[in-house]
Amino acid sequence: MIEHVVLRVIAKLLAPFIVLFALYVQFHGDFGPGGGFQAGVIFASAFILFALIYGVENARQIAPPAVAQAGIGLGVLLYAGTGVAGMLLGGRYLDYSVLAHDAGHGQHYGILIIEFGVGVTVAAVMITVFFTFAGRRGVLEAREDTGVPHDGDDER
Amino acid sequence: MITVTNLALLAFMAITAWAIARTRNLFVATMLAGIYSLLIATVFVLLDAVDVAFTEAAVGAGITTVLFLGALLLTDRQAKPPKNRLGHRFGTYGSLLLVVLFGAALVYTTLDPLMPHFGDPDAPAQGRLAPEFLADSVRQVGREKPTATHIPNVVTTTLASYRGFDTLGEVVVIFTAGVGVLILLGGSAVRRRRPGRRDGEKTTPGNSPSGGAGA
Repeated sequence: MIEHVVLRVIAKLLAPFIVLFALYVQFHGDFGPGGGFQAGVIFASAFILFALIYGVENARQIAPPAVAQAGIGLGVLLYAGTGVAGMLLGGRYLDYSVLAHDAGHGQHYGILIIEFGVGVTVAAVMITVFFTFAGRRGVLEAREDTGVPHDGDDER
Repeated sequence: MITVTNLALLAFMAITAWAIARTRNLFVATMLAGIYSLLIATVFVLLDAVDVAFTEAAVGAGITTVLFLGALLLTDRQAKPPKNRLGHRFGTYGSLLLVVLFGAALVYTTLDPLMPHFGDPDAPAQGRLAPEFLADSVRQVGREKPTATHIPNVVTTTLASYRGFDTLGEVVVIFTAGVGVLILLGGSAVRRRRPGRRDGEKTTPGNSPSGGAGA
């Protein structure tokens, strides 16, 4: 869709604001509606919009698959690691009260950190799933060229 | 007024669902599914479940539609006409009958006098834990200093602190989904199995260095 001038310009103009909104939803989730799940999806949608307009190959340049795939695991690790950190500091698993001198602040920090972990995993999974699906087109076309049926059932 | 709005939205949803079931154009069906998600997100807003509405709008209307579009790129835009017309019709009306019967059973259950009304404060679900969570969320989460956290969004405190284990499980579910997609459809798996394929490299030139290293 790169030939449409309006789409191209608007997508480039909107993408930073979508990312900014995602960060707002991420770090304002304790005061307003929102949190890691929504923020991750909105963050990923900026990259998916870019990929829809400029093509998956160009989107892979700004969001390399290696980074996205690392993010899938890093988010879960951050979440689970926060729980372990609480245990090491003398609390129970996922008890954030011990993370700071003051229990309330500890809870606040813990919630922010695990929400960030949720956001990283959700965004990384959404970007990876979209890139994987969209990247299939090249694989399927290549298989059509060689005469192999493209119903995908021959995958094992 | 709320009732009128709710009824209008639910009527729109029923019409959209009917149109999705009827159409053979998969592109139209995808777009209608997005509209359906947006409509139910509006219903959630009317029910004061802003967080759920937010998620529904972002996931249901946004990402799901895009993923369906991505899948549509790989297949035809038009659904094939059924081969066995009689069997198809039987299946359609049979499932319609099942759904109507099930819905009627659900509605019948709500007519039971013992069933609490919508928003009833004496409902069993509001009984023990809910008021404690709602009233003490800020205080309990910051146990030692009563109002130390100042986290006004009870949904966030419930999700991330009270129900921290559940949310960890949800994240692991999403993690598993991502890993599953990578294992089943990941580009590197295809390339590894047929290493000598020249056209695989030809069609994805920009991808092969980074994708091969990363996956």
